[in-house]
Amino acid sequence: MELGAPLDRVEGWDKVAGRARYSGEQRVAGVCHAVAVQAEIAHGEVLAVDATAARAVPGVIDVLAYGDAPALADTSDFELAVLQSPRVAYRGQIVAAVVAETLEIARHAQRLVRVTYDELGHDVELTPDHPGLYRPEKISPDDPPDTGEGEETPAEVSVDVTYETPAFHNNPMEPHATLAVWEGDHLTLYDSTQGAAAQRDALAALLGMPAERVRVVAHHVGGGFGSKGVPPRPNSVLAALCARRVGRPVKLAVTRQQMFSITGYRTPTFQRMRIGASKDGRIADIEHHVIEQTSTAREFAEQSGVVTRMMYAARARRTTHRLARLDVPVNSWMRAPGECPGMYALESAMDELAEACGIDPVELRIRNEPERDPDSGNPFSSRRLVECLRLGAERFGWSSRPEPGTRREGRHLVGMGVAAATYPAAARPAQALARVADDGSFTVSIAAADIGTGARTALTQIAADALGVPVARVRVEIGDSALPYGPLAGGSMGNASWGWAVLRACEGLRDGIARYGGAEPGLECRADTSGEIKNQEAYARHSFGAQFAEVRVDVDSGEIRVPRMLGVFAAGRVMNARLARSQFVGGMVMGLGMALTEESRMDREFGDYLNHDLAQYHVPVNADVLGIDAIWLDDPDPHANPLGGKGIGEIGIVGAAAAIGNAVHNATGHRFRRLPISPPSVIPHLP
Amino acid sequence: MERGETAVRAEIALRVNGEERRVVADTRTSLLDLLRERLGLTGSKKGCDHGQCGACTVLVDGRRVNACLALAVAHQGADVVTVEGLADGDEPHPLQRAFVENDAFQCGYCTPGQLCSAVGVLAEAARGWPSHVTADLAADGVELDEAEIRERMSGNICRCGAYPGIVAAIREAAGGGTAR
Ligand code: FES
Ligand code: FES
Repeated sequence: MELGAPLDRVEGWDKVAGRARYSGEQRVAGVCHAVAVQAEIAHGEVLAVDATAARAVPGVIDVLAYGDAPALADTSDFELAVLQSPRVAYRGQIVAAVVAETLEIARHAQRLVRVTYDELGHDVELTPDHPGLYRPEKISPDDPPDTGEGEETPAEVSVDVTYETPAFHNNPMEPHATLAVWEGDHLTLYDSTQGAAAQRDALAALLGMPAERVRVVAHHVGGGFGSKGVPPRPNSVLAALCARRVGRPVKLAVTRQQMFSITGYRTPTFQRMRIGASKDGRIADIEHHVIEQTSTAREFAEQSGVVTRMMYAARARRTTHRLARLDVPVNSWMRAPGECPGMYALESAMDELAEACGIDPVELRIRNEPERDPDSGNPFSSRRLVECLRLGAERFGWSSRPEPGTRREGRHLVGMGVAAATYPAAARPAQALARVADDGSFTVSIAAADIGTGARTALTQIAADALGVPVARVRVEIGDSALPYGPLAGGSMGNASWGWAVLRACEGLRDGIARYGGAEPGLECRADTSGEIKNQEAYARHSFGAQFAEVRVDVDSGEIRVPRMLGVFAAGRVMNARLARSQFVGGMVMGLGMALTEESRMDREFGDYLNHDLAQYHVPVNADVLGIDAIWLDDPDPHANPLGGKGIGEIGIVGAAAAIGNAVHNATGHRFRRLPISPPSVIPHLP
Repeated sequence: MERGETAVRAEIALRVNGEERRVVADTRTSLLDLLRERLGLTGSKKGCDHGQCGACTVLVDGRRVNACLALAVAHQGADVVTVEGLADGDEPHPLQRAFVENDAFQCGYCTPGQLCSAVGVLAEAARGWPSHVTADLAADGVELDEAEIRERMSGNICRCGAYPGIVAAIREAAGGGTAR
């Protein structure tokens, strides 16, 4: 059995040797470099772009701007209608581009481009009572903004609190880069994307080309966390336009600073939680009211309240989402959109309810287990939250949790916290091709993406297992839109979707080999899972987990350290134990950053994110990460998909910040309801 | 440089991964861009171009350096080792092996920088260079325990959060934690 085994990453040696080529690293003859010029106002119109000085620099090939750029066929999405209108919707929007022989020349000339604007006033600040708040038609991906059921009844114990989270930026280590190559009327984009096929379809539509004439290649992607999803980012479109214009291959790498305005981020939120319960902690009414921002350039309604629709039993339940449309960069997916900020609020409120009822927070959650999915009324395909909580409590030593604000060790206040985690487990239709290669080995092809998740490795294991051969005899080809269609790496659906198609293709090939009487080179089988997925039974499919954290708060400096974190997950069948641990732990590390250090600060004056680099936006570094571990239940879910896996890319971040916040409350006795919990906010509340 | 002026170019001679290389390049070219764009050595990564992430870390005359902050022309004659030069022929560097075996990366984009940085750390510890967390500043060698490794590797960001694997891999390569 290859499935589940802790195999090394199949591309691991390429990565440690520096051989793995990421986007823009391909060697192409005649390549030139493009650099984007960004708007310096947050709202208004471009009056003129004066490129005289830039064009005079030897080595500058061309300058593109509105009115002087190739036209796009589809301009319905303003964010992607790059250089198609004079309108400026946010600071940092692309308003021009310089193409030059070298990067040095392009960067120099970029600074010489003079853009003048007709500036209209901007509104960039989300407030809980913003006058423009409106109810979106739907929230991501396709859900109602508001839900309500049951009658509110007077409660014995109630919690009514509001949590605030700042904007967060995905910040994958590899900045978005594109190498655009036109050959006649064919376009090849080497592009940092989480979905080569979806990227191809989107680019083809924008350029008004049939999809067959566009190819997107992304063999290795240096992380994405949602920021390299679809719809594409404007930089990919710009690269294609520049290359068409100059008639040469063009490389365009977004800078780290530019990423803070053009490659997406998570909206800030205000989340009001109202929970009414009986004294014994049984929830009667629960409400979750979400306030978020969206950009005038494109609407994105993060589904933060959906967790309250399905997490706990209650007699009455209400969730709402309201947005303010601001002159801000386009927010979009960031690891566990919806679940991540939503569970921060819900799981913090559950901790407050536990305290108000005088019940252990682990026990409180167990008492409110629903029998069926409260949202859909469907049974859960499997829901092992209680086991995760119990196992975690035992392993973590939860019984030694102190009373709030009572444990002091030297200069430190010490506390523990818990939070639940959940993430939907869905699959999307995919196609795969399995064939016998000339040397008798097997090749499996699918336009999947490995953004660091281990997809290439897991698919190799799935294929080997289905074919009944050692992994060494299987080669999996991914990361190219020319391969059979695969959906993007997102929503923790990648492996479930691709793996399903790979499984069916390999099963079919195995049958074919049996019928033929041998593994004849050229034998192949194609699979398409759309029919099977359409006919799936009605279940509520979710992963679950429990996060535990211990914190030490320095009473002098207010610094918070997290010596221990433990995540226990029930996330379906695990395809590769070693890689799965890395995924869970990686999500928890990002949750640590969310809790304690990460925050994108809006600059009211200029209208964009002020701390737009890695020196000022603090992602966790090695010294921040002490004892973080993840374990999981053996949990194949036959109702999820034929492989029994549920997706593990996102659940690790869900609940992590709440567990840390709850531990800080346990340590200090004070409740902090705004992230990140940083020394300046902590110090006033220390003894 | 003012508008319209031609870039200043200079011949830059370097030893890269044991090979003599000569390139005529714009004097504004960073060592990182020289490696990536001119010499085709794309193993060194660009995560920020501002010395804030460590993805571009290479070894210059044996010491770890952020190649994005180094002007190539200022390193005439230097001996540069990149991730492509860590292995001994077909034999991977012990750190490369340990990184694979401890799953010390996910997307792999920070990895070349982590590896070069780790090579630097082992050498620094062997020379007895203390860090912020070293207790005994007068000791001959530094024991690379977890705290030392975390501290010394904190200039290399990994957004995938592979830090536990990175620490385990370096400890393993350091020979169970000591480099004396
Ligand atoms: S690229 Fe040099 S430190 Fe980030
Ligand atoms: S492995 Fe992805 S950033 Fe380190």
